[in-house]
Amino acid sequence: MGLTARPAGTGAGRNLGAPDASSHDSWVATRLDFLVNWSRAGSLWPMPFGTACCAIEFMATAASRFDLARFGMERMSFSPRQADVLICAGRVPFKLAPVLRRIWQQMPQPKWCISMGACASSGGMFDNYAVVQGIDTIIPVDVYVPGCPPRPEGLMYGILMLQEKVKRERMSDTSLRNEMDPDPSSGLYIPAQAIDELSEPFGNSVHQTRSGL
Amino acid sequence: MSGAFTPVIPGSADASLPSPTTLKQVPLSGGPANPSAAALGTQFGPVVKRVEVVRGETTVYVEGAKLLDVVQWLHDDPGQRYDYLSDVTAVEYRDPERALQVVWHLRSLPRRRFLRLKVEIATGAPLEVPSVWSVYRGADWLERECYDMFGIRFAGHPDLRRILMWEQYREGFPLRKDFPLRGRFSRSEQLRQALSVNPEARYSMEELSVVQAFEDLPADMRQRLLRGERTGE
Ligand code: SF4
Repeated sequence: MGLTARPAGTGAGRNLGAPDASSHDSWVATRLDFLVNWSRAGSLWPMPFGTACCAIEFMATAASRFDLARFGMERMSFSPRQADVLICAGRVPFKLAPVLRRIWQQMPQPKWCISMGACASSGGMFDNYAVVQGIDTIIPVDVYVPGCPPRPEGLMYGILMLQEKVKRERMSDTSLRNEMDPDPSSGLYIPAQAIDELSEPFGNSVHQTRSGL
Repeated sequence: MSGAFTPVIPGSADASLPSPTTLKQVPLSGGPANPSAAALGTQFGPVVKRVEVVRGETTVYVEGAKLLDVVQWLHDDPGQRYDYLSDVTAVEYRDPERALQVVWHLRSLPRRRFLRLKVEIATGAPLEVPSVWSVYRGADWLERECYDMFGIRFAGHPDLRRILMWEQYREGFPLRKDFPLRGRFSRSEQLRQALSVNPEARYSMEELSVVQAFEDLPADMRQRLLRGERTGE
């Protein structure tokens, strides 16, 4: 999809595997990577962007029964400037789109994003005039958690996946930390055509596009 | 606003009235109408077009031009004292021949009454009704919402602009029947327009608190407001 506009010459994309033989990182670099990633993954501070019902389930995940603190996320960061991972829990209306974008831009690198629930990931059942059809059209997303709402176990599984991803990052891959600049003329990250194609009506909603008049 | 503010003290409602209870076995339509309907009939005559009772709730259809007088009287008359406007909304029917209705929900706490007023706007007529803001200040946002969703203009409203959709929203009025569910523009265009709004330029001069705080605002924001810039396009 070409979400990330990477500068040319930074290699063949994100290396998701553990530092492998083909990389030319030295032993010191890989050990350092391990240490940095271990500490990052163990203390992800979430920025809860809860806009709807999914946020309730997110609260349940953070509360004592499921206890997000076990994964190093006990401190909700209500200031984006101190957050590592944005958890978008709930649907995002178009009016909120510039706010979400701004919050993402205010978060310092390194940062990650979890899109929680069907609405945040795809617009869910709200295929209407007011709701963004997936927050990945506004900001880059690392992990999608399906469900309506996802159970706390589901969200935790997504968080564990994100930790896996964090643990496999390499500091030498500078493209990971690129800020993605939107196209200045349109403000979009991905081509307009791709957005239209991704949010084509499907299922019943094809019939809902007509007004009946 | 009329006269001095008279607070409603609990227990001060007309002692002869029965206490509020859950209505039981209410006929779907018909039944005793709210006495205010008859009072309106004698007071205003032909302005009251018809009265309907549905599920024990009384709806009075009135003439649009006289709406403000009717509401003012309902608010002021000691026999009515409708002191609370609980909603302003509108109904458009799928049948394009049927008139669009604007609806006001009034409640009288001292008299324990509920009254629904409706004004019908025939197809093709301008979508304009009087604002009741001068009687109930709470009508401000209710009417703005109704304008935002249906495009009905409330004559006399002090600051009629969109409230739910952002101010530069150009696709029309979402709750009208001719509005496609997914909006008029393509998804990418909708997103582009939404993202071009500056989230920190939410204020316009109409917002009283901003006017008062004007001198305390940062210089760049003052400049922006002085230029009349709205939501930062
Ligand atoms: S995915 Fe379901 S639970 Fe989550 S915000 Fe949407 S409707 Fe609510």
